[in-house]
Amino acid sequence: MVMTHTLYYLILATVGTMLMVPFLWMVVSSVKAEHEIFSIPTTWIPERIRWENYTHALESFPFFRSLLNTLFITVSVIVGRLLSTSLAAYAFARMRFRLRTPMFVLVLSTLMIPYHVTLIPTYILFTRLGWIDTFLPLIVPNWLGLGAFYIFLLRQFFMTVPSEMNDAARIDGCSHFGIFARVILPLSIPALATVTIFTFLEQWNDFLAPIIYLNSPDKHTLAIAIQFYRQSASGAGWGPVRTWAHLMVVSLLTMAPCLLLFFFAQRYFIQGVVISGVKG
Amino acid sequence: MSMRLREELEAYLFLLPWILGFLIFLVGPLAASLYFSLADYNILQPPKLVGLANYQTMFADDPLFLKSLRITAIYTFASVPLIVTLGYLVALLLNQKVRGLAVWRTIFYLPAVVSGVAVAVMWVWVFDPDGGIVNNLLRLVGIEGPAWFTDPDWALTTLILTSLWGIGGGMVVYLAGMQGVPTHLYEACELDGGGTWNRFRHVTLPMTTPVIFFNLLIGIIGSWQVFTNAFVITNGGPANATLFYVLFLYRQGWKYHKMGYASALAWVLFFIILIFTIVVFKTSGWVYYESDQADQSK
Repeated sequence: MVMTHTLYYLILATVGTMLMVPFLWMVVSSVKAEHEIFSIPTTWIPERIRWENYTHALESFPFFRSLLNTLFITVSVIVGRLLSTSLAAYAFARMRFRLRTPMFVLVLSTLMIPYHVTLIPTYILFTRLGWIDTFLPLIVPNWLGLGAFYIFLLRQFFMTVPSEMNDAARIDGCSHFGIFARVILPLSIPALATVTIFTFLEQWNDFLAPIIYLNSPDKHTLAIAIQFYRQSASGAGWGPVRTWAHLMVVSLLTMAPCLLLFFFAQRYFIQGVVISGVKG
Repeated sequence: MSMRLREELEAYLFLLPWILGFLIFLVGPLAASLYFSLADYNILQPPKLVGLANYQTMFADDPLFLKSLRITAIYTFASVPLIVTLGYLVALLLNQKVRGLAVWRTIFYLPAVVSGVAVAVMWVWVFDPDGGIVNNLLRLVGIEGPAWFTDPDWALTTLILTSLWGIGGGMVVYLAGMQGVPTHLYEACELDGGGTWNRFRHVTLPMTTPVIFFNLLIGIIGSWQVFTNAFVITNGGPANATLFYVLFLYRQGWKYHKMGYASALAWVLFFIILIFTIVVFKTSGWVYYESDQADQSK
């Protein structure tokens, strides 16, 4: 028994190390001199900790501009998605109307349609509207309930709120909107947090939509700014000195908010996968 | 106005954003996309109907299309089963009452939190043929590793390997499923003299098949839509060895401005995903559903 448990820990530690090594290496490389990054064999302690890599990277990479762009898009999408999907989810969970079942089936069936099928006409629509190179194509669809998965997730959660609370509020003369805003939403903070976190990660790391819709460098999100930074730096292979260290700095800084979010809101992450994966 | 009618109207008000979005960003584009897929269209000139020519070109006349189809299929068949199995095995280990569960769970799940370009940049280094950590480690045991992303024979394999970094995403779901298995089932199994293997084979495994099914389906759908890594790490190369389907579609549309052809490609993608979904559902006899308890809503 002791033997098997030791074996378990050994396997877990091995796999865990394999998963963590790339992270650790990035952190170490971000304060290394360029020639150390590709040293053979790999070194784990830098000759000297070069914090100046961070200041240099931030000088050559438009970090704050891209960060602000990314934040603006992410926050706008989160607000719009929370509003529009929770309203729809409430209707499906708590209101009686004739088309409830067929419409809910419709919502679920949209889950099947890959993003790419509607991408081209949507792109042409935004071109006609003159919205290319603005944030609108990335934000507006999410204010209109796009994200069937989240409607489904919130509906499942709203259904678990005891309906007696509904009836009590009804008797007190509360309108549906009143119940939604004052009873259901406050009781659904965990589910709303889950939607927020998932949406944050999805938007923060999105690549296809920004690269299609955002052209000018001052509109770039972090994801595409890194890609452009890479390309501009690699004239012949990995050209200029310290490019790799800078790239590591920038990549780490881009990942950092996701990691922080995870550490502080781990509960909601786990809960989110449970709602969607186990009960769904 | 009766209460009933009032509620009916109110419901559509609640659904108004979704209804608008559904019409503007789904129904409209779907119809347009179907139309474009039957046309020659470069955005500048109006679409010119060509019937099924785009679809004919694809299958009869475009080796790169067939190549991207094959590459994405290989990726799906290699990566998804690996991720599902390995994620499940790790979850099983964590379910053995190991100490420090929260810490382990964090370590395994962490890679699933980050993704996109920053991670892609990291992989370029990890698999660098000269000073990358993988080849450096192989050198320690006297093996000269391959050129990974820059070798046409290895590039796809390397992308499959990097996808394993995300096993934690599925693992968390499996673990939650395993911890939701009622203990009385294990007790019953023990009364019948079942050991560790029987408890796994007759309790844990059947009770978690719905979760495996969910991850399998999500995994297959996701793997047909791989884009960022193929774009950032290898840009489809070398020698088109990692020309994933969506990257191919993106190039046809936004590099060559063949919007008609790209639309047709998108519809083929839709049918591929549909077929995979149907097959997964049709062959889901192995999934065990406990007789559903009463709907919580009632």
